[in-house]
Amino acid sequence: MRADRATPALFALGFLALWEAAVRGFDVPSYLVPGPVAIVQAFFAAPALLLRSLASTLVVTAAALVASCVLGVAMAGTIAISRWARAAILPWAVVLQVTPIVAIAPLIIVWVGDPFTALVVCATIVAFFPVFSNTLAGLGAPSPELIDLFRLYRAGPWRSLILLRLPAALPYFLAGLRVSGGLALVGAVVAEFVAGSGGVASGLAYRILEAGYRLQIPRMFAALVLLSVAGLCINAALGALESWALRRHS
Amino acid sequence: MSLLRVARAGRRFGNGTVALENVSLSVERGDFIALLGPSGCGKSTLLRLIAGLDRPDEGSIDWVGEPPKLGVVFQEPTLMPWASALDNVRLPMRLAGQNGRAAAREALGRVGLAGFEAARPRQLSGGMRMRVSLARALITKPRLLLLDEPFAALDEFTRHGLQDDVRALWRADGSSIVFVTHSIYEAAYLARRIVVMSPRPGRITAEIQSQLPEEGDRRLMPAYGALVAEITLALRAAHAS
Repeated sequence: MRADRATPALFALGFLALWEAAVRGFDVPSYLVPGPVAIVQAFFAAPALLLRSLASTLVVTAAALVASCVLGVAMAGTIAISRWARAAILPWAVVLQVTPIVAIAPLIIVWVGDPFTALVVCATIVAFFPVFSNTLAGLGAPSPELIDLFRLYRAGPWRSLILLRLPAALPYFLAGLRVSGGLALVGAVVAEFVAGSGGVASGLAYRILEAGYRLQIPRMFAALVLLSVAGLCINAALGALESWALRRHS
Repeated sequence: MSLLRVARAGRRFGNGTVALENVSLSVERGDFIALLGPSGCGKSTLLRLIAGLDRPDEGSIDWVGEPPKLGVVFQEPTLMPWASALDNVRLPMRLAGQNGRAAAREALGRVGLAGFEAARPRQLSGGMRMRVSLARALITKPRLLLLDEPFAALDEFTRHGLQDDVRALWRADGSSIVFVTHSIYEAAYLARRIVVMSPRPGRITAEIQSQLPEEGDRRLMPAYGALVAEITLALRAAHAS
């Protein structure tokens, strides 16, 4: 058990050491590939700037994730209740999912006007689908016998949704939420990239762009590392939420 | 007095299987009927028709007077895994817009599960889960109880205990029961009237009236053995025809 936990850390340390040694040994200039030490130095050269940018990106991510949950569950619920809504909505949800966000983000940024809202809309479009489709699958998951039981007692569609379909969909929803969490971050970053200096000009993607223009490659890498760490944390947090909720659920 | 009349009912499925053909059956008030036959004889289909979960393609199913309150127990306990035993049992009350907590406690007590209100289904044994399912069917005080091979998945000892309980409940509250089973012994032990069915197409081939006394240990009576033999012969005759 101890060995299992130590292995990834040791491997990472070895890898970083090798990286640093290679950069120094072959005299690679830091504007091509900065070594780990240079990246850490770049971070500590402007920690407040980078952390503020991280916070800015995370706010967009969180807002998009919340919006995805609300929209995804509401739409899946509507589709589960109404055959008409299924026919009307489902194809458009798929269209939204297969449309590359990079292609429509400029339009959204122009249309929406307010930069923050525009970023959230873009990130939501990316993050929305897993929560939506998983919840929809979960709403259809109760056993046929349980559905028969609800029919026997003449449960209306609304009560069936609240008492049977939504609780049955919870594990599916949580699995979708975990995927959507990562996608919300990706969506936020992509939207910031597309918006560039026309956006709120404060997110990590903007820092990456800016550092690229100025050839501050170590700072660019520092921003990238922060993004990866943020993604890992989101995944771990949603994973913990999932296992906690499932323990209570069954 | 009749409670229900099934007249020349037929049901065929999309793939061409004739699940039921020309089935006529009358359920009396206070009756205990066993629908007995091998798998595929349409006994579960007949039960679903009576429960209103399915409609016949031919013939009719008519209540005599007001349709009674129904309780149904399926082959599986069919519990909601995320809900406590109490919440599972009070489900029919909640679906009728009532709270049902007190009634659910009482129903759990009737099936011998007092003290297990907060337990989740996964914390209960197979037999206890089936008792929860039974309590849920009983909570609305149904006048007709429909049971679809409820004890088929349980071991012999648990099954005997639950069979005793079902008989005791039936004798105590005077409701009617239609009990689907593929066990000759179960049918002979429980029912007042054994309706023998045979497959392809599903139809009724015999009806046997039980002469066993209500009092005493039925399983040990010579008349029980004789009834088992009579049913066995009826099933054989159905198979030969």
